[in-house]
Amino acid sequence: MQASIMGTERTIAVLSGKGGTGKTLVSVNLASAASSAAYMDCDVEEPNGQLFFRPAVIDEKVIAVGRPAVDQKLCNGCHICSNACAFNALAVLKDQLLIFEELCHSCGLCIHLCPQRALTEVQKPLGVVRKGSSGTVSFFSAEMHIGESSGVPLIKALMKQKPAGLVVIDCPPGSGCMVTESIAKADFCLLVSEPTIFGAHNLAMVHELANLVGKPCGVLLNKTQEGSNPSEDYARTHNLPIIGSLPYDKDLARMTTEGLIASRESNCYRQVFADLLKEVMDASDPDSKR
Amino acid sequence: MIIAVPVEEKNLGSAICISFGRAPYYCLYDTETQQSRFIVNSAADSPGGAGIQAAQNLVDENISTLITFRLGENAAKVLDASEISMHKALNASIADNITALLEGKLNPLDAIHAGFHHGH
Repeated sequence: MQASIMGTERTIAVLSGKGGTGKTLVSVNLASAASSAAYMDCDVEEPNGQLFFRPAVIDEKVIAVGRPAVDQKLCNGCHICSNACAFNALAVLKDQLLIFEELCHSCGLCIHLCPQRALTEVQKPLGVVRKGSSGTVSFFSAEMHIGESSGVPLIKALMKQKPAGLVVIDCPPGSGCMVTESIAKADFCLLVSEPTIFGAHNLAMVHELANLVGKPCGVLLNKTQEGSNPSEDYARTHNLPIIGSLPYDKDLARMTTEGLIASRESNCYRQVFADLLKEVMDASDPDSKR
Repeated sequence: MIIAVPVEEKNLGSAICISFGRAPYYCLYDTETQQSRFIVNSAADSPGGAGIQAAQNLVDENISTLITFRLGENAAKVLDASEISMHKALNASIADNITALLEGKLNPLDAIHAGFHHGH
């Protein structure tokens, strides 16, 4: 009952405007329902995919980024670095240069421009990227060190390892820089939504992002129940294709909280996610006129 | 001594701006000449680090005192390292706040917030 996607090149990003809508649930189960796939966890602040796939052997690599370090004795307070920094990460005071690392985007411009050569690049560890395997799934994830503020370089390093074939990307929540980086190589964005007004608002955020960067997308209505669904209303009024829906389901929720992959645990759920995967593949097929 | 105040309008009778880093203007009052002038806050529209850039600009203006309602931690680091004294603004006009400061009636700024940084 595996979806027949052998030899298909496709990268599907799973995202949502808020946490807790079911990105990891959907990503993990879609990857598991395929005959073979790669799962890439880009949610670097809380990469939970590992709790489900539990890869036996993990190859881990530290990723570092360049940050400026100053020799205060050489700095003459010329302001060239602070004026040039697009992120306001430097401040020149009377007798010292302050560097705000959490604002630094590691572009190196300050180091390049400093006429006194007072700034040098120092490598600082930002986090780790991991690689392993779990059954039919090749597992990849990245995790940012506590206290760091932007995981974009980490996501870039992770995505360099993107293999061929079907790839499911489990994105961070929201629609900021880290999500934009996570979907950069995606062929299709699957937007996971909740049936609430808040959920519809967050769906609109990721829908706007997908449109902004020109990615085809569709919505998966998650946790659907009797009655109105503001996310469904949003999709219908904004020409957003509805790829499928997952009804609110206690058994599925229970398995997920226990760290189990439903589509590996029961044939019933395997069929549900195999069907969903087929819908996603059809919707993301560049040759289809859906 | 130069006193800086984040302001909404270029008018001594107007109110102090609730934001430090994203205030449209700063009022600079020189106690020696008793003259005030207004400068545009070039950092107001920065995508990030507005407080740092704004504090840098005020340090470059040689201010020694700041009156504000609140201040983010990065801006506070810049001002603190430059030994600029920081005072809590009163809910009154710019002129009244400057008068209150000179009469020693303004409290030191006690609360520094962690900033209103958006997602990166």
